[in-house]
Amino acid sequence: MAVSAQSLQPSRAGILSLIWRSSLGKKYVMAITGLGLFIFVIAHMLGNLQIYLGTDKINTYAETLKSTPALLWTVRIVLLVIVILHIIAGIQLALANRRARPQAYSNKKVVASTLADRTMLISGLIILAFIVFHLSHFTLGFVNPQYLHYVDSMGRHDVRRMMIIGFSNPFVSVFYIVSMGLLLLHLSHGVSSCFQSLGLRSTRTIGFFDKLAKVSALLVFLGNCSIPLAILAGILK
Amino acid sequence: MNLTLRVWRQKNADTPGKFVEYRANNISPDMSFLEMLDVVNEELIKRGEEQIAFDHDCREGICGSCGLVINGRAHGPLAATTTCQLHMRTFKDGDTIAVEPWRARPFPVIKDLVVDRNAFDRIIQSGGYISVSTGGAPDGNAIPIPKDDADKAMDAAQCIGCGACVAACKNASAMLFVAAKVSHLSLLPQGKIEQDRRVLNMVTRMDEEGFGNCTNIGSCEAVCPKQITLDNIARMNRLYMEALFKGILS
Repeated sequence: MAVSAQSLQPSRAGILSLIWRSSLGKKYVMAITGLGLFIFVIAHMLGNLQIYLGTDKINTYAETLKSTPALLWTVRIVLLVIVILHIIAGIQLALANRRARPQAYSNKKVVASTLADRTMLISGLIILAFIVFHLSHFTLGFVNPQYLHYVDSMGRHDVRRMMIIGFSNPFVSVFYIVSMGLLLLHLSHGVSSCFQSLGLRSTRTIGFFDKLAKVSALLVFLGNCSIPLAILAGILK
Repeated sequence: MNLTLRVWRQKNADTPGKFVEYRANNISPDMSFLEMLDVVNEELIKRGEEQIAFDHDCREGICGSCGLVINGRAHGPLAATTTCQLHMRTFKDGDTIAVEPWRARPFPVIKDLVVDRNAFDRIIQSGGYISVSTGGAPDGNAIPIPKDDADKAMDAAQCIGCGACVAACKNASAMLFVAAKVSHLSLLPQGKIEQDRRVLNMVTRMDEEGFGNCTNIGSCEAVCPKQITLDNIARMNRLYMEALFKGILS
């Protein structure tokens, strides 16, 4: 029986749409956007750690970031698109996964799994809630509008003072530290997983990628949490 | 040995099932798990009750027919073992053992512990083959194949299509099965020719059947009786991406 060529080879438009429609394509979207967000998290932490170097360093850094609005807004829009894609793809994949097993097993234990990989959806959604608060708090000034009007001795926005006053509120600091704990969990699975989704991991390299994920997730947690802890302890004033 | 079994009984896909308790008495530790079920079924026949339906064929670990979730683990507690190769000496006298079918939407229950795995056959039909002219068998060494590739292809070809990977995956994903088939064929020169459309069509079919997505945990690899590795899923991810790029650029 002759098989039509059409059924063997999808059209170009069909192939393009597979990136979003297929299970593997959507995992590429998760992996690439996840890696992008991971790189942002590292860069954001390294930038903020400059608070330990004094008022001048961190305020200069903040001023530099905002000095080229075109670049700043390009980065902001790219990040927003990446976050939205990561969330929509993640929720769609999770819903499809739930549909695939309508009847649960009597024993709920998942072989070879960790707490991190079973809680990716919930840790991700709580981190999203944190991001919304964090942006409202420090970037948009919805929570405390006066934050954006702090000025240092050189007439620049006083980011250092904003951070110190912001984290002096123990509720803010506790929510921050809990969210960073969830980010630690999320990254400890996600950073290694994205290399598998992109086909870059193997039995030979899985040990390296798992370590990379755990160590980098822990460093992000420690680096970020050190700031509110240092402020609450009165080391940064 | 005397055991208590909690067995999933279900009339058909449309009727809800439930666990029913049975006693399995005077079981020899040298019996296989399926032989133990045979003994229980003979008791049920004597009592005029409905037998427990379960799938089986070769009973030597190569056909892929048998498959039960035993105490929450596909094919039971041992690694690299099918249900028929699992012996009762693995359990202790007096144990209670829960026995369930593979649970996945694309694997509807036919009866009790038997599920319909035709979804796997439809995935194979969508591309899990090579197109060759029939005729006399070609000389085995006519096409040189690097040893490493042959080894990897043979490792992937060990897959017996039992479905334990789907059963163990928290997302009921069939990635390990499809990846084993894609790898096995695409690593060999005869299979490379149709590599792109094979991976595109098999993944499309897999998605249409309603299997879940891979979250890179490795439950499948842990329960696979043939020890198929996650490397095959990584390879499928690479081949699929390659096929997408070629399809878009060509």
